[in-house]
Amino acid sequence: MSAAQRDPSVTGRPEAPLLRGQEGYSDNVTGRKRQARRWELLFIVSTLVGIVALGSLLYNVLDSAYGLVAIDVKVDPASLARGGVALEALPASELATLLREKLKKRDLKTIEKEQPLAARSTEDLLGIVQTKVVGVDVVGTWVLSGSLLRRRAIEAELARTHPNATLTFKSWLRPAFLSSQQSPDPMRSGVRSAILGSLWTILVTIVVALPLGVAAAVYLEEYAAKDRRLTQVIQTNINNLAGVPSIIYGMLGLTIFVRLLEPLTSGAWLTGATSATANGRTILSAGLTLALLVLPLQIINSQEAIRAVPGSLRQASYGLGATRWQTIWAHVLPSALPGVLTGTILSVSRAIGETAPLVVVGASTAIFQDPSGPFSKFTVLPIQIYQWTSRPQAEFRSIAAAAILVLLAMLLSLNAAAVFLRNRTQVRH
Amino acid sequence: MSQTTPAIALSPAGRAVASTAVAGIADEMAIVADNVDIYYGQFQAIRQVSLPVQRYQITSLIGPSGCGKSTFLRSLNRMNDLIPSARTEGSVIYRGVDIYGPAVDPVQVRRRIGMVFQKPNPFPKSIYDNVAWGARINGYSGNLDELVESCLRQAALWDEVKDKLRDSGLGLSGGQQQRLCIARALAVKPDVILMDEPCSALDPIATLRIEELMQELKAHYTIVIVTHNMQQAARASDHTAFFMVSDDRAGYLVESGPTGDVFTNPKDRRTEDYITGRFG
Amino acid sequence: MVEPQRMKPLVDRGALSTVTDVDFAARLRPQRRPWEAVIESGLFVAALVSVLTTAGIIYVLGYEALRFFLLPQVTLTEFVTGTVWQPSIDQFGVMPLVSATLLTSMIGMLVALPLGLFIAVYLSEYAAPRTRGVLKPILEVLAGVPTVVYGFFALTFVTPILQNIFGRNVVEIYNTASAGLVVGILVTPLVASMSEDALHAVPDSLRQAALSLGATRHEMALRVVVPAALSGLAAAFIVAISRAVGETMVVAIAAGAGPALTLNPFKGAETMAGHIVRISGGDLSYDSVDYKSLFAIGLLLFLITLGLNLLSQRIVARYREVYE
Repeated sequence: MSAAQRDPSVTGRPEAPLLRGQEGYSDNVTGRKRQARRWELLFIVSTLVGIVALGSLLYNVLDSAYGLVAIDVKVDPASLARGGVALEALPASELATLLREKLKKRDLKTIEKEQPLAARSTEDLLGIVQTKVVGVDVVGTWVLSGSLLRRRAIEAELARTHPNATLTFKSWLRPAFLSSQQSPDPMRSGVRSAILGSLWTILVTIVVALPLGVAAAVYLEEYAAKDRRLTQVIQTNINNLAGVPSIIYGMLGLTIFVRLLEPLTSGAWLTGATSATANGRTILSAGLTLALLVLPLQIINSQEAIRAVPGSLRQASYGLGATRWQTIWAHVLPSALPGVLTGTILSVSRAIGETAPLVVVGASTAIFQDPSGPFSKFTVLPIQIYQWTSRPQAEFRSIAAAAILVLLAMLLSLNAAAVFLRNRTQVRH
Repeated sequence: MSQTTPAIALSPAGRAVASTAVAGIADEMAIVADNVDIYYGQFQAIRQVSLPVQRYQITSLIGPSGCGKSTFLRSLNRMNDLIPSARTEGSVIYRGVDIYGPAVDPVQVRRRIGMVFQKPNPFPKSIYDNVAWGARINGYSGNLDELVESCLRQAALWDEVKDKLRDSGLGLSGGQQQRLCIARALAVKPDVILMDEPCSALDPIATLRIEELMQELKAHYTIVIVTHNMQQAARASDHTAFFMVSDDRAGYLVESGPTGDVFTNPKDRRTEDYITGRFG
Repeated sequence: MVEPQRMKPLVDRGALSTVTDVDFAARLRPQRRPWEAVIESGLFVAALVSVLTTAGIIYVLGYEALRFFLLPQVTLTEFVTGTVWQPSIDQFGVMPLVSATLLTSMIGMLVALPLGLFIAVYLSEYAAPRTRGVLKPILEVLAGVPTVVYGFFALTFVTPILQNIFGRNVVEIYNTASAGLVVGILVTPLVASMSEDALHAVPDSLRQAALSLGATRHEMALRVVVPAALSGLAAAFIVAISRAVGETMVVAIAAGAGPALTLNPFKGAETMAGHIVRISGGDLSYDSVDYKSLFAIGLLLFLITLGLNLLSQRIVARYREVYE
């Protein structure tokens, strides 16, 4: 019997008997089917709403990170060209000379105090020339969608309010944004110190949380008697810690690492600074706080990885006369390693986006230098985003959006690494 | 094609061949499977099975494990539709309608061809709600209490649970749970009840009770039962169909007929070998 | 129990003793392995760090909160019943902070619970494996986006939309509605994935039983699977509430920067977590009343979330008993 013959019009079979209701039962298939379709629609729409939410989140960030900028200038930059070379193409030394000529003594002093002119990059110097000498002033910014759809209207509006202003399309996320220091001027500000701060902090977090988490997981899975009261207390405690709001960890970090252990976390014991100048609000304190924050997650993930190691492997090792630690070190941990590392990446992606606890621990609001080690003052990307978002000016929204893109890119590469690791282990087993 | 095979003749290849017109005996048949093929993706699980199921009789499907008898049973009320890769070809005629036809709703099919599963699977609800559930969703308008009682009585469970109808169905013993599942199936007043190894998870005493119950139920229902227990098939069924698995792991029907004939006077060597325990 | 019958030894004991090496018996004695013991204690200490963390949290919050309550200008009664939070004029009523927290959490839950549950039902009962394979990672991405980004989203996307719908003079720039909605979006992936786990734990045999009785898919999902997973779903919901109550960055950015006792979701109000993060973000002297008061709020926040998490774990524990 072929599929075509199923067609009742071909076979001539009656459909009626099957559809006739049974005595005492309304069946009401039509109504129920309609209801079924409505519910299914509701489920699908809900799922779509979730997707749309993610879509609008990304759209909103991209929308803010690119767009038109209207710039007014006090001095025509063409007049600053030297020996036929345009301002933008001048070398660092020329720019420095230019600044010394044009700037007031006092302004020059402030800038030199921040960082000497001779030590600054060309990019940086050009930025200073543009704000201080050329007098670049942002008179308006527009989001991407507005810039594309209403360009005419924007131009007309601008011609009326700022006839001398030039309208340019700006990508706020640009190489200079990654390589420049933070600055009060949004046009020049960058996330260099924030990225380095994030990396340093994460490094401290990994160095502490990874061994501690794995060790705790090994103890709980391989040594502790599951029915012992203490083991159960530890296990319940870990599950509870995973649900504590992150800001509470910030308060713990503030009290323990920043205040109580200040001599240690400020690095005073290394540099010999007195307690008066010591400041515990360092990368080390931040990293340790985040380490405590991700520790429960790290332990739970490591436990799962260790649990997934087949018992036969342990038995084989014991069968050869290995001790318990030899078995763990030589067989269990190597087999669990990919899983442990995947778990670590998840912990790191949690830590890298954390903001609230680091605000409490005391991230610095203004940092103009690269962090040089665990005892430096710090800021991290999420903090930078938070501060910029909180400013009322639209330009700061735009650089916040650009910083978000940098943060998401970091997270995305971490997750890609986790997926890669996961797939590799799945192939092996 | 309106012809199918009430009596199965076997070709040398072991394939069932249609021979007789269906029209004459259609009234005695609850379900007629006609050249059914079932695939899971590329893999063929059932090849060319044609089997008539007699009304108000118990038909048992036997055969070695992996021969597809459960798969075939599930094709009789379109439970295989739930497996995304599963595909059924051929036709299953129920009351003159091919249930795999284009205008047929599987919900309607299952509502009339009920099922009892290998492991007892009561809902995590009270005993009462377990029985009443199917009647409720199908818009039963009569007295629900009476329906629940009569179904539990038919399933020979009433006396054991009448004082604890509000207790969870999960609190019952395995055999009681399976009888609860039978009562649950009865409550939507099906024509046919498919039973997929209903006793495999039960002890011998509970098994015997279910077998007795089947004998009582056959006055009102047609029963098709898959069993791996040949004594059970011989003891409890009126008709027997013997399935086997071919070299490419597809299941096929070797022979079928009245249980007495199949067990005492099998037409096929393979049936004889199987029932005398030479393999499987 | 009957004593097993003694077997005749295969080898005569006398003969065995002649081949036994005396040194060998000594070697079989338990050996001391100091390293093994050291390692085990080291690992145990690592496991204890988590307990110490909890102890630290309780000590730090408890100690500083106690110092706060021992201040002459503070009373516990006023803390609980007072309706104004203004440390500068010695007003310490936590009510405005709590009410704002409840408001944002409730708005968030109104979004997250139905949305998360419906997504879970779709993924678990409807979606084909391939669709699931696409949707699950999307949920994971949503769950992995840092909360500060959600805060940016609330302030620069949701608030303008609310203002366009309800009017600029009705909806303030900082408002609990926008923050609450985004908190809802933020916890939706959590609700969805925990609920899906709960639905997934319902045995397939129940689905088949429902369908074999002639149920449609939605009848099966809503009247068998969801009720069977109810305790798991409840646990998921409670964890989600706890997460919403403790959520900080979204409310810190979008809900407003000043405690206010209002139930109007279009006005600004500061939540407990939002207040902590704003005050501690400024320069704060460790001996000030403000500083100590933060720990009292922190303690309250900790107790609320801990209570919710413990409740959820109890429900899960009971729910495991049903199926195993």
